[in-house]
Amino acid sequence: MRVHVDPSKCQGHNRCYALAPELFDVDDYGNAFELNDGVVPAGLEDKARLALANCPEFAISIEE
Amino acid sequence: MTSVYGPATNWATDFDHADPEYNKNIHKIWDDLKTSGCPIAHTDRYGGAWLPLTYEMVHEISYDTTHFSSRSPVVGQLKPSEIPDAIPAPVGGVPPISSDPPFHAGARHLLLPIFAPKKIDPLNSVIREFCHKLIDDMGDKEFVDGAVEYAQNIPVMVVAHLLGFPLADADQFRVWIRSALEDVGESREQREIDQLALADYINKHIDQRIENPGDDLISYLLNAEMEGEKLSREHVFGTVALALIAGIDTTWSALGSSLLHLASNSVDRRRLVENPSMIPQAIEEFLRAYAPVTMARLVTEDMEFHGVHMKKEDWVLLPFPAANRDEKEFPNADTVDIDREINRHTAFGLGIHRCIGSNLARLELNVAVEVFLERFPDFEQDTKEEVKWSLGQVRGPRKLPLRILARS
Repeated sequence: MRVHVDPSKCQGHNRCYALAPELFDVDDYGNAFELNDGVVPAGLEDKARLALANCPEFAISIEE
Repeated sequence: MTSVYGPATNWATDFDHADPEYNKNIHKIWDDLKTSGCPIAHTDRYGGAWLPLTYEMVHEISYDTTHFSSRSPVVGQLKPSEIPDAIPAPVGGVPPISSDPPFHAGARHLLLPIFAPKKIDPLNSVIREFCHKLIDDMGDKEFVDGAVEYAQNIPVMVVAHLLGFPLADADQFRVWIRSALEDVGESREQREIDQLALADYINKHIDQRIENPGDDLISYLLNAEMEGEKLSREHVFGTVALALIAGIDTTWSALGSSLLHLASNSVDRRRLVENPSMIPQAIEEFLRAYAPVTMARLVTEDMEFHGVHMKKEDWVLLPFPAANRDEKEFPNADTVDIDREINRHTAFGLGIHRCIGSNLARLELNVAVEVFLERFPDFEQDTKEEVKWSLGQVRGPRKLPLRILARS
């Protein structure tokens, strides 16, 4: 599974970073990006889905 | 004091968001409007304003910066075009909240690093210590006012810290903020006097920072550049006014509503006392269900919108709190469920105007609730006294009578 934050949609709500800091980080402007090229380590799939489902800007996508 | 418009007579056709009955009965008013088939209320007050109530409409307006200008995010009796010397779009009086594209992006970009999560995290211990001090100051009183003695003080301290203002001026800030945000329906003369006093205060501090720069937001703005040029004095002034006005009432309201919920829901209270790690998710649910902030937009040209005819310069209220109660987006929207895991709430807005202080507000809310529950593991609403709600676009308890049942 891979996650991706669309930087043109992210407005820096930081919900993903709060919910899944193993998968997302934030830059100096508070905008989110995926860690490890978006590769989701085994066992963290639910966290990835939770981050997607809580992004107010619909900026996160998942490739299964 | 009473509104110059008198009491609202009909919530569908003559609503007044600054009528004392509005914030007090807000959920019933929205439900009645929606079930009577009126998802967009209207009023001729304030020179004409709309109130769309669904998630879909709030979402659409948030992203449509072409038809809906942010030039004046607080509804007033006069439109910006009726106010001499008002700073025009796309800048507006309090950038970047009052700004539209293309100016908005640059003005926001220079502020974002100040409010990024890693930049504000170190404030955690400052806020925590201050919350403990507020509780220490309550002594062993059985009855306390959770709004006046606790909630209202925390964001004032944080904003004073950010701007380098003395905390001793806190009472004065609250008078000005009330005037700017709550007294929108009252006589304009007093509001103008308050605005001048606030302007004098801010200008005095800007002059001082020009002489003696410090490690605060004013000094940062005085040094900052946009497209290779220093910011205008008006821009610095507007952003300082914004930080002062937008950072205080809002967080204070969200915290007060969260404490009110915990005071009147013993199961949730006990669960959070026993499992403080559940607090962040509970805070997101309180932000959804009791979102404090409604913004405003101005229609830029005559247009049809979901079956109504909006005219150029009409106000449009943007009630994120109503979007958060839309059943289509949030199942069981009127149930406050601290186990709600999927919660794409809009308490901090949507799109380019996402609240720039949201990370700071979340930090304050989490720490303040955590410390309150740690020190007062049991408390309830003191139902002998009434909760007093704010007026206008920021909704929260201004008086929150609590009875403390256990301390630690």
